[in-house]
Amino acid sequence: MSVVTPLIGGFLIGLSASIALAFDGRIAGISGVLGRLVFGGDGRGFRLAFVAGLVAVGVIAAEIAPSALGARIAPLPVIAVAGVLVGWGTRAANGCTSGHGVCGVARLSPRSIVAVITFMLTGAATVAIVRLAGGWS
Amino acid sequence: MKRAPAFVAGAIFGLGLVLSGMTNPSRIAAFLDVGGAWDPSLALVMIGAIGVFAIAYRVIARRARTLGGEALHLPTTRYVDGSLLAGAAVFGVGWGLAGYCPGPALVSAAAGALPAIVFVAAMIAGMAIAGKRPG
Repeated sequence: MSVVTPLIGGFLIGLSASIALAFDGRIAGISGVLGRLVFGGDGRGFRLAFVAGLVAVGVIAAEIAPSALGARIAPLPVIAVAGVLVGWGTRAANGCTSGHGVCGVARLSPRSIVAVITFMLTGAATVAIVRLAGGWS
Repeated sequence: MKRAPAFVAGAIFGLGLVLSGMTNPSRIAAFLDVGGAWDPSLALVMIGAIGVFAIAYRVIARRARTLGGEALHLPTTRYVDGSLLAGAAVFGVGWGLAGYCPGPALVSAAAGALPAIVFVAAMIAGMAIAGKRPG
């Protein structure tokens, strides 16, 4: 288990959120950026450019660091169900790990702190239940 | 070039996710598996990101303007409601099941990982079901 790369990765994510706020006045919350890009909302130019940056890194990572993209941990139908839950949940909660977890907590938003505690608890409970049930294999 | 900072921010964000291990679903599962073979190292991603942004936020919020002199678009809702709690709870279940949250899923889908492509398509469908605009 590496300690240095998570910390450096975290600094970069914080730097990214700082650039988004300093130049565009926007919170770098991925569920909000993507949701409003797909379903409409203000700040379309910012959202399109931000997602393009994310996608560009994904394309490059596939070439130079494929091992960073791990294998799936559940069967594809379960992944699909999980995707629906994440889409519905992040929209109902108005944020995900980035908007609430990083930006909101750094702003000491009570909503974000409650959201983070909640999704950490249900996430941990879900992983525990899957493990206790013997996994998917 | 008005959109260059947003593109750079997106790319740095993606690089941070890839470098930190957030794009690896088994790392996420290990981070959430507190009662099992717990790997708490991903907490450092959040701590590092919050540390940097907390400082930047205070400086920028005091100016109350972007570097270009425009108004900030900050969330104004302060109260905790049922929608926040239900949404966060359901999001956590999906996060634990697949090991993907929205950012890493997008990066991995762009890299061509089939599970992430399935996840992102399903996530957009889930957003459509929720029907209201995210903040």
